[in-house]
Amino acid sequence: MTALNELTLAEARDGLTTKQFSAREIAQAHIDALEKARVLNAYLVETPDRALKMADVSDAKIAKGEARPLEGLPLGIKDLFCTQGVHTTAGSKILEGFEPHYESNVSTQLWRDGAVMLGKLNLDEFAMGSSNETSAYGNVISPWRRNGSDAALVPGGSSGGSSAAVAAHLCLGATATDTGGSIRQPAAFTGTVGIKPTYGRCSRWGIVAYASSLDQAGPIARTTRDCAILLGSMAGHDPRDTTSVDLPVPDFEAAVARGVKGLTIGIPKEYRVDGMPAEIQKLWDQGAEWLRAAGATIKEISLPHTQYALPAYYIVAPAEASSNLARYDGVRYGLRVPGKDIAGMYENTRAAGFGPEVRRRIMIGTYVLSAGYYDAYYVRAQKIRTLIKRDFEQAYAAGVDAILTPATPSAAFGIGEKASADPVEMYLNDVFTVTVNMAGLPGISVPAGLDAQGLPLGLQLIGRPFDEETLFAASQVIEDAAGRTRLPKAWWA
Amino acid sequence: MSVDAKTVRRIAHLARIAVADEDVAPLQGELNAILAFVEQLNAVDVDGVEPMTSVTPMIMKKRVDAVTEGGRAGDIVANAPETEDGYFLVPKVVE
Repeated sequence: MTALNELTLAEARDGLTTKQFSAREIAQAHIDALEKARVLNAYLVETPDRALKMADVSDAKIAKGEARPLEGLPLGIKDLFCTQGVHTTAGSKILEGFEPHYESNVSTQLWRDGAVMLGKLNLDEFAMGSSNETSAYGNVISPWRRNGSDAALVPGGSSGGSSAAVAAHLCLGATATDTGGSIRQPAAFTGTVGIKPTYGRCSRWGIVAYASSLDQAGPIARTTRDCAILLGSMAGHDPRDTTSVDLPVPDFEAAVARGVKGLTIGIPKEYRVDGMPAEIQKLWDQGAEWLRAAGATIKEISLPHTQYALPAYYIVAPAEASSNLARYDGVRYGLRVPGKDIAGMYENTRAAGFGPEVRRRIMIGTYVLSAGYYDAYYVRAQKIRTLIKRDFEQAYAAGVDAILTPATPSAAFGIGEKASADPVEMYLNDVFTVTVNMAGLPGISVPAGLDAQGLPLGLQLIGRPFDEETLFAASQVIEDAAGRTRLPKAWWA
Repeated sequence: MSVDAKTVRRIAHLARIAVADEDVAPLQGELNAILAFVEQLNAVDVDGVEPMTSVTPMIMKKRVDAVTEGGRAGDIVANAPETEDGYFLVPKVVE
């Protein structure tokens, strides 16, 4: 029999409802697994007592025949979601000691539906990074290694704790957030599935803000179906977030089996970037072929402003971040470092509390919003955002149902490999994912194979606004054709 | 456009982040690398294009003008480094 922590979320749900094992047993299996995996540094906080208490409630519900949709399923929570009474840091020293007196909307809905909390997952500081190397609490080590090598690899970022924990069977699924690729890139690096839903699908209430017009919550899990199940509980209207959309939540799980027969899948020629590894191109062609074989029509399309998405992002996101992160002033939360006057206290607190990447982005954001530069940078970037969105609208208006692209320009890289003096080298990781945030669209990353070194590679599907269902259907076709990507062995245990 | 050392210090002050003297030159290099990267946006013709204000077309929701929550001063100051009687304490602002 498969170890309980190695089941998919859907298998675990079925096993619990048919009483093959108890919620306490599956919670304990995960607690044991994550204790043995501390070398990965995926969890910042472990909450075993809370997990067992929640599991006991679940077992009582199951016994009474009152099981809720996620009854007894152990999950990890990215440490960007506020959790009542549980240390929440956003991966930053500036929030050290912060224990929220409230619970994020998304996690509230997961507990409402019976899920069990295992703990808080590591991430890049304030979700700013693509490798989890900017966390103030240390790197996350990917459970994956290159064939014949023991070099430590990054799990992607910013949701690196989430992707590593899901891949290493340290939870059945995890919450994550995506501002420029932070769900889809780590999912691609770890052979897991991650979906960034349409902007407005999930409430941002109680999630530590990075760039509010781009941030969206979504799940990372081991299968397309598991992601669909989790998103069904995470999504929904919340009056406390004015950008949360008042639309019914579809039955995402039912969409998984729909197939792609009769759909038109667009292949955007601008994603064929210079220097793309042959393996990525081959994988992309293979993905298109799998969809064609399942009954879809493949059509080349043009999204002419693609190349401008990443530079425009590095104006819009830092601008919003500089304003969102102004609240960390040593007065209301966490760290305070004294100064000669109140301004000195602010400056010393923020110098000590923010790491180099966060400082860099706050400063760029401050600069592009400052008098004399606002029109040249910020307004221009927002105009380009309009053009990027228009590209997608025209493709969809011409009959395209979803768009297929690679998820990342390469497989996972080694820790420290991209630590050059030029921050832009790291930013290029998000070149295929960031367009989706700029246009507010849904995007899913699904594992599609391994590279020559044995590392996972992912494909991305981009959908129409609020049509996550088509993405789940197409993702399942790729998952079925590629076969599920499985971690070779647990070298840490 | 690129920034000089004096501008780096001015931005740091606007952002309320103390920057040590030895950090100014490396920061200048990093910020200029990012500014050089975004320079390519100048090649795009944006004449007549509206800047995006909302990524999903929606009408701004307005809630009822009523008290919906309150009486939670204790919760609100619970994480502050220094408080007194339900107030945040800050260093003296007015001499």
